[in-house]
Amino acid sequence: MDRAEKIGLTLALIMLLGFFVLVVYAAKGLKIDIPTCITDVEPFQQGKLIKHADKRYELHILAKMWLFDFNEGATQIKLPVGSVVDVYVTSKDVVHGVHINDTNFNVMAIPGTVGYLRVKFEKPGVYHVVCHEFCGVGHHAMEGKIVVE
Amino acid sequence: MRVEGAIRFIILSEIVFPIVLLIFGIYHGVMQVLYRAGFIKAESFLGIDYYQGLTLHGVINVIVFTTIFIVGFSNALVMYALKKPLREKVQWIAWAMMIGGTLMAAWAMFTGRATVLYTFYPPLIAHWTFYLGAVLLVLGSLVPFFFDWIPNAIAWKRENPDQKIPLAVFGTFVNFILWTIMIVPVAVEILFQLLPLSLGLVDEINPLLARTLFWFFGHPVVYFWLLPAYVALYTILPKIVSEKGKLYSDPAARLAFVLFLIFSLPVGLHHQFTDPGITNTWKLIHALFTFGVALPSMITAFTVAASLEYSVKVEHPELKDSKFYWWAFLPYFKMEGLKWLFPFFFSGLILFFIGGITGIINASYNVNLVVHNTAYVPGHFHTTVGGLVLMVFFGMALYMIAKLKGTDVKFKGLAMISPYLWLAGQMIFSNAMMIGGLLEGWPRRTNSGLTYLNPDSPFYRPDWEGYALFSVIGGVIMGIAFLIYLVPFFATLLAPSTKESTIEFPFAEAYHDEPAPLLNNLRTWTVAAIVLAVLSYIPPLYDAAVRGVFFKSPAYIEKFPVPLKQLQQSKKEEPSGQEVVRR
Ligand code: HEM
Ligand SMILES: [Cu+2]
Ligand SMILES: [Cu+2]
Repeated sequence: MDRAEKIGLTLALIMLLGFFVLVVYAAKGLKIDIPTCITDVEPFQQGKLIKHADKRYELHILAKMWLFDFNEGATQIKLPVGSVVDVYVTSKDVVHGVHINDTNFNVMAIPGTVGYLRVKFEKPGVYHVVCHEFCGVGHHAMEGKIVVE
Repeated sequence: MRVEGAIRFIILSEIVFPIVLLIFGIYHGVMQVLYRAGFIKAESFLGIDYYQGLTLHGVINVIVFTTIFIVGFSNALVMYALKKPLREKVQWIAWAMMIGGTLMAAWAMFTGRATVLYTFYPPLIAHWTFYLGAVLLVLGSLVPFFFDWIPNAIAWKRENPDQKIPLAVFGTFVNFILWTIMIVPVAVEILFQLLPLSLGLVDEINPLLARTLFWFFGHPVVYFWLLPAYVALYTILPKIVSEKGKLYSDPAARLAFVLFLIFSLPVGLHHQFTDPGITNTWKLIHALFTFGVALPSMITAFTVAASLEYSVKVEHPELKDSKFYWWAFLPYFKMEGLKWLFPFFFSGLILFFIGGITGIINASYNVNLVVHNTAYVPGHFHTTVGGLVLMVFFGMALYMIAKLKGTDVKFKGLAMISPYLWLAGQMIFSNAMMIGGLLEGWPRRTNSGLTYLNPDSPFYRPDWEGYALFSVIGGVIMGIAFLIYLVPFFATLLAPSTKESTIEFPFAEAYHDEPAPLLNNLRTWTVAAIVLAVLSYIPPLYDAAVRGVFFKSPAYIEKFPVPLKQLQQSKKEEPSGQEVVRR
């Protein structure tokens, strides 16, 4: 290996390690983490919005061909600005994808499992929830809304 | 090296058949941009539904085209590098399995019995011919490696005991070792989960386990597509730039291949960052290994740039001391010798530069939450598999066809324009897809023209319009680039033969070379790769099989929101009712 190759290799390694350290810092330090294995919440049969305290909610999203059930069949819900919501998702049938646009909530809905992330809705507005995994002929019309005001 | 008869036919068809199939594949690509932008507002066009077309696009372009072409290209490389003829019987068996498998799966897809996309996630289920066809295709592609190339390499080694195996063969072998290992998990998924469900032998499936097995295959497969292109970058590109061109370093090339062998497998969870049911510590470990597998690509970038510099400078001694100016002297548009191949490699390299960077973004664990399953993802991989891989394959296909037909490449000028046009289209298309996905969440795998990009729909999202428009412009330019490529391709294929048919490659010598016995010990590296892959997959597979999944799921088809079994029963109860179930 000549000098240039050694320098190149070292720089590449430093760069990649730097990226990794930043990612770990964001995940564990800033708590921007990704879904993990949930074993204590069973897959549910119905969507539900539960209020625990002021601006503290728990949301169970049931994805099914071809709608999001946010709360006993509702495909649209309202939340106050600044709400911190523990969002759980599962699927009634096939695999769906749940992306709450303009947030970091992006979780697959897989039947038999439960996905979880916490979201804070800081700005008022309409948050579109889009299914982004092919789930059958109605897939492109699988949309829900979370209105934050 | 002369080739005739069956072997000539087999290799030629392993190049021509996939490219002819690509006509269907790329047609659907162009249709998809039109549908997605709402230029076509329909469920289907000419009898093919959007998602059926998307299945064809994915399966043809990255499962069938790549696999068969790689077998043909590798056949030619290994044969020429070892100077040993191939075995007709072995080659016919492989050919029949691959073509037969493709036809089976094609029947299922074209008749709408397998609208499950190329990732075939259950509990959506396809007709059994789709799965069996896929299995035949991949198993067939292994036959030449085990029954033709390995015996030939052993014989070569016996005759040349103190030489290292040629680099082209080394790279090809690393690729097929990797291919063999990665096929195991997806074969388990198909044979033990999907086929039994599809045949009705079992009633339920664990979808998370299936996804995990799929991605155990699904990431390394991108290196199966990429490594043949890397082999060409290392062994052939320097000679394209200059007849006196050289590879900068042979050990560096081998190191890159060995790193790919080790790090390509323990990374599949980076496709499942957003999946529930798998402990995220393991996802983080796979993210770390994914950064590891970026390293050999960076080594390749270095070696390729250094080889280009060496090769330009031997031809232009006056540039000896230039640091950057030599870039201006690459043969960007020259017809003589092999220089006409340079535009293919150059366009591919530019695209792969973008693909590499955007791939690191994808792989960055929590950053993935922003882009997962948005249009960003297809934006990214059209610059990798639809970039470097496709461009190198197109160039090598044209080169090999001319050799095998015993003629010269026809319409070289058009051949040189097409990769640049592809590059231009791809820049527009992939950027539109990536930015639309990244900033605005425009989803992938979605016929968005019917709803999100339809002003009459309650779901209308005007902020996605601009990106959709640019994806159409770029996509159409790519379609035109492909049509232009087909002109020299068919003209060369159909031209009369004037010389004997041969297989030969302009392999470059290495500028830096030394014996590297440790690197060349593929057996040890293979064992290391398997051990690392198994260790990194035991905990996530345990999560997916046991801890994270509460119950299994019945099968569905894409048309009805009720399980398939239930549909079939209700059909039996009222035989006069509508013919709703297909099987
Ligand atoms: C004119 C050329 C092409 C155009 C316009 C095009 C366009 C597209 C579009 C718009 C999508 C996303 C569809 C969606 O997610 O709803 C897509 C997906 C895809 N494309 Fe292409 N494409 C082209 C060529 C290629 C080539 C040459 C390859 C590979 C060699 C390729 C491989 C893929 C794959 C693997 C997918 C993902 C399919 C899936 O999500 O199931 N494409 N293409
Ligand atoms: Cu869905
Ligand atoms: Cu990957």
